[in-house]
Amino acid sequence: MVFGLPVAIGLAWVLARCRFPGRAVLDALVHLPMVLPPVVVGWLLLLLLGVRGPVGAWLHDWFGIRLVFTTQGAAIACAVMSLPLMVRAVRLSIEAINPGLEAAARTLGAGRLDRFLTITLPLSLPGVLSAAIVGYVASLGEFGAVITFAANIPGETQTLPLAIYSALQTPDGEATAAKLALVSILLAVVGLAVAEWIGRRARAAIGHRV
Amino acid sequence: MAIDFVAAAGATALFGPSGAGKSSVVGVIAGLVPVGAARVVVDGTVLTDTERGIHVPTEQRRLGLVFQDARLFPHMTVRSNLNYGLKRAQGAGIRFDDVVELLGVAALLDRRPHTLSGGETQRVAIGRALLAQPRLLLMDEPLASLDAERKAEILPYLVRLKQALALPIVYVTHALDEVLAIADTLVLLEHGQVRAVGSVADMTARGDVPLAARDDAGAVLEARVAEHHPARQLSLLRAGPLPLWVPLVTGALGTRLRVRIPAREIILATEAPIGISLHNILPVLVVQITEDAVRHTAMVELGTGELRLLARITPDAVARLGLQPGKPVLALVKAMSVDVLR
Repeated sequence: MVFGLPVAIGLAWVLARCRFPGRAVLDALVHLPMVLPPVVVGWLLLLLLGVRGPVGAWLHDWFGIRLVFTTQGAAIACAVMSLPLMVRAVRLSIEAINPGLEAAARTLGAGRLDRFLTITLPLSLPGVLSAAIVGYVASLGEFGAVITFAANIPGETQTLPLAIYSALQTPDGEATAAKLALVSILLAVVGLAVAEWIGRRARAAIGHRV
Repeated sequence: MAIDFVAAAGATALFGPSGAGKSSVVGVIAGLVPVGAARVVVDGTVLTDTERGIHVPTEQRRLGLVFQDARLFPHMTVRSNLNYGLKRAQGAGIRFDDVVELLGVAALLDRRPHTLSGGETQRVAIGRALLAQPRLLLMDEPLASLDAERKAEILPYLVRLKQALALPIVYVTHALDEVLAIADTLVLLEHGQVRAVGSVADMTARGDVPLAARDDAGAVLEARVAEHHPARQLSLLRAGPLPLWVPLVTGALGTRLRVRIPAREIILATEAPIGISLHNILPVLVVQITEDAVRHTAMVELGTGELRLLARITPDAVARLGLQPGKPVLALVKAMSVDVLR
């Protein structure tokens, strides 16, 4: 999520505010992980970031970094899978801002970056925070992409869903599976509740009647 | 749309019905609205010239813009809103404390925009635009979303503002009362074209512009308080060479006032009447007569020296009195009919 959020904000802003040829293509690419089977996403990640893939080879040869089958790899797989949701949430937030406010800021002397930091970002905060939390919660549940790209290595890349799956595969693992599943559910519910609460506080702070 | 005008110092009003293209003009001056062919020059600096490919970005134009919907930043306090332009401005001639005092917003500084009333919001918006140290203030129907009471509350602030700061103003509106309160120059717009340009005094005394067809048509004059007669509850004003009696007004001797004499309130006579309640019997000359056969009216432009008045009478009366350009007549105006604007 830490990687994912800035990327999501950047993509959302570009999609919301800029017009350029190929915008529809970017939009489609961003939504791809949501639409493709997760295992396919994992496979694509292997293709690109695996030690013999174009980006992966460069990382390995130049920095000695390997992403496949590592914790970092699992994190990246989760980030990629939750990106579409985050971009949507942030983009909706940005699009909801009265463009007149940005025009007003321009007449007062604010350039592009200035406007982004002082007007757009603060006003889209409820959306950004929601995105962050939803992204986090969604990535907790990621299975297909993680297991394909990062495998199911206990202690390293075994996320909650993977652990539940493994527990179900072993005999007498139902109890463990049930406990893990409960934890998952709790995390999801608490996450959503916190997202809602933070969203309300943020909206009040920018002056909307909640 | 073909609009071409030069705004001199003071306040220039762009006046016309809705849809006449007024707001677009402001958008183009500010550089917010892209346009096919335009040339905008402010204070000798070319801001837009489509022919030569010049377009200075809005944020560098140093123009203040007050929008109809205020557009205060909801996530900041009034104080932060006011300071927004100030922090990004070059120059510091217009000071925070002066503006706060001028617009009466001291009590609002720590409040949030959504807690303010319509009138308060607009005053803050005006203050914010001023503090950005603009060299020209653009106001796009700033009072349009306010009811009559709120407008009456804010207009005096605008007048004070204009008098206190030597800042040229371009003011867009479809409300004549705002024009009369604030403007020096009037640009009449109609269907995206400039119909006429002139000083407010000249334009309101013309019989041949759409202004004259309005029910509230009437010449606007600049006058000074000459005498007070409290016992008679009257004041004497002087508009150029003309003496004007009005009901007692407040204001020290010498105070400048703007007055309007509604065209329908002027009676013309070839002889001075006697035994009549009138206080103002003004000797003038007929300058021009414009008849409107559809509405059955005749607009008679009257003048004395540089001063101009406008009277609306029936074509029948024009014929009966034998009125024609150059003829001396008497303009009869009730003291009660003189509208003291400010």
